[in-house]
Amino acid sequence: MIEHIELFFKSIFIDNMVFAVFLGMCSYLAVSKKVSTAVGLGAAVIFVLAITVPLNWLLDQYLLQPGALSWLGEEFADYDLGFLSFIMFIATIATMVQLVEIIVEKFSPSLYNSLGIFLPLIAVNCAILGGSLFMQSREIETFGLAVNYGISSGIGWFLAILAIASIREKIRYSNVPGPLRGLGITFIVTGLMGIGFLSFGGMLTGGDEAPKEASQVNETVKIENLEPVIEEEKEIVTITKSEN
Amino acid sequence: MGLLSKKDAKLITDPLADNNPITIQVLGICSALAITAELKASLVMGIAVLFVLGIGTVIISLIRNIIPSNIKIIVQLIVVASLVIIVDQVLKAFAYELSKTLSVFVGLIITNCIIMGRFEAFALGNGPWRAFLDGVGNALGYAVILLVVGFFRELLGSGTLFGIPVLGDPIEKTGLYSIGYENNGFMLMPPMALIIVGLIIWVQRSRNKALIED
Repeated sequence: MIEHIELFFKSIFIDNMVFAVFLGMCSYLAVSKKVSTAVGLGAAVIFVLAITVPLNWLLDQYLLQPGALSWLGEEFADYDLGFLSFIMFIATIATMVQLVEIIVEKFSPSLYNSLGIFLPLIAVNCAILGGSLFMQSREIETFGLAVNYGISSGIGWFLAILAIASIREKIRYSNVPGPLRGLGITFIVTGLMGIGFLSFGGMLTGGDEAPKEASQVNETVKIENLEPVIEEEKEIVTITKSEN
Repeated sequence: MGLLSKKDAKLITDPLADNNPITIQVLGICSALAITAELKASLVMGIAVLFVLGIGTVIISLIRNIIPSNIKIIVQLIVVASLVIIVDQVLKAFAYELSKTLSVFVGLIITNCIIMGRFEAFALGNGPWRAFLDGVGNALGYAVILLVVGFFRELLGSGTLFGIPVLGDPIEKTGLYSIGYENNGFMLMPPMALIIVGLIIWVQRSRNKALIED
């Protein structure tokens, strides 16, 4: 249970899809001019992620991982179909998005019209493929955790696009310099929000976890010069632990 | 430019500045920001996109008259996915450390909007040679931005360029570090890439007033 809660909050705040790993930036920038469309797109992203990540988890578990095919028979245990991951993931995503499009068109024609081209464009949204690829590279262990990861990373993306859309609506009344107007100021504001979200990095540390959390936050960035600082922190942590 | 006509040469030079895929067309931003903490990773990513765009545009342009329009996107996705699988396997074989740094972003080249965008906008309506030039031009425009962002981030963040220390040694306190200069570790954090691209956009639009939005 605790790992579900941990994964939930970690995916929303610490590994936020927009602020930590920049997935889905194109539609994030394009659709965030009005809060209403942003909310619609965010909800669609949550929905698509919640469906495709578990589906791709099943594919990865029973087809693509090294040794995954052993359920077919002993002689298949050596096969490693990992290199097919990209094609299989993108195929499931494209199919699921097509399904979502048909369902949305049937049950909510107004939402369908307001989303316009962006609904089919979700299929090539890096956030969706990124969700599945991160699920694979972080080796999420159970189906339940995969569903959790899909929903929570979707919520993280939704939070980000909601925030930037609200800010962009208000910023139209400010005196932004000409060359920065529109795209430029959005980039800078997103960067500032990202710095703000960095403050969540300490949220899930609990004594032993401290060095591991630091390396998880900086997963895609090799930071060599912070090594001496991390060593000092480890010393401080062990000193305080021995004081207790 | 002896072997390219003026119109064709424009296909390569336009995306380098005036029609830059990242700062003007607003495509391909995801991977541009995430892996630019090191110049080496930026360079490899630029080369990977060059490979995929160069070959992908030619393939799509060659088969453009045979693809039925309702499965256009699926065909494009399959072409790109296959090329990216090749890139990924080559990287894993010859540059394993780098492929670990790039992690999932090599796979995310598939959903890189530049590639699908150029297929739709150009390769589907033009011959193979012009499509190739357009693909190469956009890939170079993308690579330029990646290299600029990577340059500032690596230089200010770790004091190295391509892994070679250029400002002195931070531990021994030689070079620039002897007067008290410290590396700005913040530059290696993801949000700084966003701010640097915002600043690049500011510079670009100040020089070309036509690009300013209202």
